[in-house]
Amino acid sequence: MRTQTSSLRSKDLLGIEHLTPEEITLILDTAEGFKEVSERPVKKVPALRGQLVINLFMEASTRTRVSFEIAEKRLSADTLNFTASGSSVEKGETLIDTAENLMAMAPDMIVIRHKYPGAPKMLADRLPASIINAGDGAHEHPTQALLDAFTIRERLGRLHGVNVSIIGDIAHSRVVRSNIHLLTKMKANVTVAGPPTLIPVEIEKLGVRVLHSIDEAIDGADVIMMLRIQLERQGKLRFPSLREYYNTFGLTPQRLRRAKEGVIVMHPGPMNRGVEIASDVADGPWSVILDQVTNGVAVRMAVLYLLGGAHRE
Amino acid sequence: MLLRHICDGTPDIFSEAKCVRGILPRRSGRSDSHTMNVKKRLLDGARMHRAIRRMAIEIVEKNRGITDLIIVGIRSRGVPIGERLAKEIEEMEGHPVPFGILDITLYRDDLTTIAPQPVVKPTKLPEPIDDKVVVLVDDVLYTGRTVRAALDALIDFGRPRAVMLAVLIDRGHRELPIHADVIGKTVPTDADEVIKVRMAELDDEDEVLIMEK
Repeated sequence: MRTQTSSLRSKDLLGIEHLTPEEITLILDTAEGFKEVSERPVKKVPALRGQLVINLFMEASTRTRVSFEIAEKRLSADTLNFTASGSSVEKGETLIDTAENLMAMAPDMIVIRHKYPGAPKMLADRLPASIINAGDGAHEHPTQALLDAFTIRERLGRLHGVNVSIIGDIAHSRVVRSNIHLLTKMKANVTVAGPPTLIPVEIEKLGVRVLHSIDEAIDGADVIMMLRIQLERQGKLRFPSLREYYNTFGLTPQRLRRAKEGVIVMHPGPMNRGVEIASDVADGPWSVILDQVTNGVAVRMAVLYLLGGAHRE
Repeated sequence: MLLRHICDGTPDIFSEAKCVRGILPRRSGRSDSHTMNVKKRLLDGARMHRAIRRMAIEIVEKNRGITDLIIVGIRSRGVPIGERLAKEIEEMEGHPVPFGILDITLYRDDLTTIAPQPVVKPTKLPEPIDDKVVVLVDDVLYTGRTVRAALDALIDFGRPRAVMLAVLIDRGHRELPIHADVIGKTVPTDADEVIKVRMAELDDEDEVLIMEK
């Protein structure tokens, strides 16, 4: 029997960076148990009955917020959604004041998305509730990396030794940071590729190979992970035009034909069809993009469940 | 970590649940079975085999056959016992009986008071349980709380025509109004004793031991 850790050390999930490989494995194994819950006629279990989870989304999100909300409801938690628009945030309240006011209503967990890196950590240090980072600026998006890893493991049976090429806007992506931490901890081989203007200097220090050609990145990859060009974070465009980007770095069926047999294509969404990925690829047989969405619920259930017990000592 | 290594050093929350004294405050007064002595060997491999065979016969008798029957083992030790019951019944009747696995972790009544959280594994039922006769199988019937959780879990999958309970050992000390329909062996126990069921599939050997401090 493989050695197992049975709990997470922290009350919070702020990022992948400080998780151990055993903790990652625990979350992924637990998610397998939860995936089955979503396939039942009654898609609900009483595990978090009576617990209050606040979803504090201070930045736009559809997929992640909906996914968290479904996960919370399937665990029978009570949920409360709080978004920046139409709230006291617009009246000038600080994040800490907002959170402390919410805390006065005694939530057990807070799921937070914020445009500033470190916002979840600031809450975690001050509040007794478990904080789950649902994306903070360009820092981390741990549950996305976990669901990506879950999907890879489900499709390829392992993470160890898998060749993963992450292609696109590496500089502005929190998904890629979390993924690099997770995949390197689990001994996968990570390559990042994109135009030099979208690749941070010294990123190879995180243990990844850096390429500037999509064709080289596709060569030998078991997993191709395409990233969205984050126009909203770039300020000004870091390449001549979207059309040129597609021609140079877009994932097309022609390019994919040279890939390894059995390659899978992933995308954390939302996709810009015709910019980083061709529609024929996004909807093609290689694509596991919708599996990622389905698995996201199971992985978030696992995280909520594992953290749900953390503060009850 | 502690939680999972109390009874027999294996990650098995359910045996652990059965070795905790029901009358003590939960999660206190736990005793490590490595420091406990074997008081008596209740069943060896041959006697366990005979007990399971008799249970299989009783299940078929009580249902007047195997029509609509589904055997469902409760994780962890209920699974190998359930598999063996299904095999015995198939040998007797010449037809396979559907077999499933139920994980009750998420339905435990102590989830809010224990930390760390027990490991969750998938439930696998072979077919819809609506209008079927489900035989729940577990190793030891003690407080009845595991069975209560199992019933809740099962009902979320449908509406069986009937649910039966088959256990290898009934050791008494019920805390809920639950009884077993088919019992391998009834053993009066003291609350500070621990019943340890070992199955070859999980523990290298078939035996049932009474342990005491």
